Amino acid sequence: MLTAIIQRLAQMVFVMFGISALVFLIFFATPGADPAARIAGRNAAQETVEAIRHDFGFDRPLPVQYGIMMKRLFISRDLTSFVNRGLQVVPQVLAAAPITLSLVCGAAVLWVVGGIAVGVLAALTRDTIIDKALMMLALIGVSMPVFWFGEMMNLVSQSRFHDTWLFSWVPGLGYKSLWTDPWGWFKTLVIPWFTLAALYIGIYGRVLRANLVEAYQEDFIRTARAKGLSPARVMVRHALRVSLIPFVTMFGLDFGVLVGGAALLTEVVFGLNGVGRLTYQALLSLDLPMILATVMYASFFVVVTNALVDMLYVLIDPRVRKS
Amino acid sequence: MADTSTSSPAVPGGIAAGERASRRARRGQSPWVRAWLILRRDRAAILAAIVLVIIVVASLLAPLYAAHVSRTDPFRSNLSGSITIDGQSVAIMQSSTQGLGLGVVPIGPTWRAQYLLGADAQGRDVAARLLYGGRNSLLIAGASTLICLVLAALVGTCAGFFGGATDMVLSRLLDVLWAFPVYLLAISLSIVLISQGITIGPVEIKSGSLLLPIGIIGIIYVPYIARPVRGRVLALRGSEFVLAARGLGIPRWRILRKDILPNVATTLIVYIPLMMALNIVTESALSFLSIGVQAPDASWGTIMQDGQTLLYTRPVVALAPGLAVVATVLALNVLGDGVRDALDPRTKLR
Repeated sequence: MLTAIIQRLAQMVFVMFGISALVFLIFFATPGADPAARIAGRNAAQETVEAIRHDFGFDRPLPVQYGIMMKRLFISRDLTSFVNRGLQVVPQVLAAAPITLSLVCGAAVLWVVGGIAVGVLAALTRDTIIDKALMMLALIGVSMPVFWFGEMMNLVSQSRFHDTWLFSWVPGLGYKSLWTDPWGWFKTLVIPWFTLAALYIGIYGRVLRANLVEAYQEDFIRTARAKGLSPARVMVRHALRVSLIPFVTMFGLDFGVLVGGAALLTEVVFGLNGVGRLTYQALLSLDLPMILATVMYASFFVVVTNALVDMLYVLIDPRVRKS
Repeated sequence: MADTSTSSPAVPGGIAAGERASRRARRGQSPWVRAWLILRRDRAAILAAIVLVIIVVASLLAPLYAAHVSRTDPFRSNLSGSITIDGQSVAIMQSSTQGLGLGVVPIGPTWRAQYLLGADAQGRDVAARLLYGGRNSLLIAGASTLICLVLAALVGTCAGFFGGATDMVLSRLLDVLWAFPVYLLAISLSIVLISQGITIGPVEIKSGSLLLPIGIIGIIYVPYIARPVRGRVLALRGSEFVLAARGLGIPRWRILRKDILPNVATTLIVYIPLMMALNIVTESALSFLSIGVQAPDASWGTIMQDGQTLLYTRPVVALAPGLAVVATVLALNVLGDGVRDALDPRTKLR
């Protein structure tokens, strides 16, 4: 058990190191990329560029720059932005995190419930019109660019049908804090939740249906039915339990990545200042300290959710427990 | 991920070529013929293929449409122009009638040859741009799929076949890429490369070049494909027919070429439509964030971005390219399902 934990920690450190090094290299060592020139702006005088290069420490060796930045990010935690000088990056990320968490957690509830509902219903009504219609809807969900779907939701709920009873409750775009205005928080997030979840309901519903159909051909299902178990029990206790294993893996990966900032497009379309948007803005202004902070935060979530998935595995799959 | 489980080879390799040919003749069908026969019966997949052909042909005809039907230049802004509808001259940029009456609104859908779907904020014909945009979106999706599959095949096969240190290094590299949210990776690369271009030795790629989004989208999904390929190669390497071939003293590169690669090929082909679908969506997302295809070039993503500012006044500018993306991606996914069922039902994306 202890070795497993140590191994996991080592892996986490390795992946986070790898990602920070990758980001660092993308921004500092790409051929033709010059951060000083970028910060100085277009048509800056050569002296200005040189001054900036010295000022920000870009003239020092790359490993030294990397080391200093990592130390200020993790140990002294006083890393400041390149663009808004004096602005500390860690509090910025911490302020954006609840917004992204609100968005992703709500959507996750929707897509897990929706995905299981779609998958189970389609598997039960296999090869009927209901199954085909559900799978077509799921495929449409998978095929829509999320930002476009968000735009269309905005068009309908903020403009075209905003004055009808259907959408008159929808508040303007933006985020309201859960603690000060819980009802407002819920109302502003319902449509973003639905938008973000649509894609995942499609993916999860399809995967679950395929797994269930496969599971129903297994010997243990035949045994369960031969024993005279009710169809509902066969589905829930036997087929669904096996089929949820890949579901859990996918959920861990998707949830981690989304909390880490991959919900960026949804955040941009709905004007939510979450981690994704923060990362995107940092990337646009080449604010390397901010980029490193957000990316470290993102990879942390990815690695942590991966570890959680492995633990959940042991709980739901007895085969893993033995090995 | 879970694709490393036991799997039997689709093509029985390791048998002398002459005998293999005679076996095939006896059964009368090669695996490819068999796959085609299955695919041909899949009505949804055939319908999807027809839809795709229509979309591709329509996109290829973009210059003809612009020259003879819409008769406008879809790459030049046309803020002061006007067109004739029912004998009346109508300005393309009309002064706003809503709100304070300030600013101008581009002409809406005319449902005529000129400005069929209206104009964008630059006064350009949206319908013509949609067709030109389709060319770029499809080109980027196709080319980046090709790059992705070639790289993934190379990495996955090397890691799986050579094992040991090669596998160790390549797998850890894939792990790092895997833990990186794809969009963030794509955005990071795009921001650096698209603003400045890239110079690798004698090759210089300008900042507006289509090669940049193609390369970026091609690279970011490599782990998605390389992992299953590696798993497949690992399973094949331990399979009996490969062990038999090794026992016979057949050189490794020959085993790789004759026994491993044909089996990996089916896995790769299954991914082509699915990856193209994913790449079209990725391209549109990057262009939507204005770090994909650069103006004045069009792609479905850039038109959606143009449409965002006009969302409440002229929604068709954002609606039309979105529907084009959904139709294309849907068709690709349906076709992809069909191809997968025909070739290799075990393969799953992700």
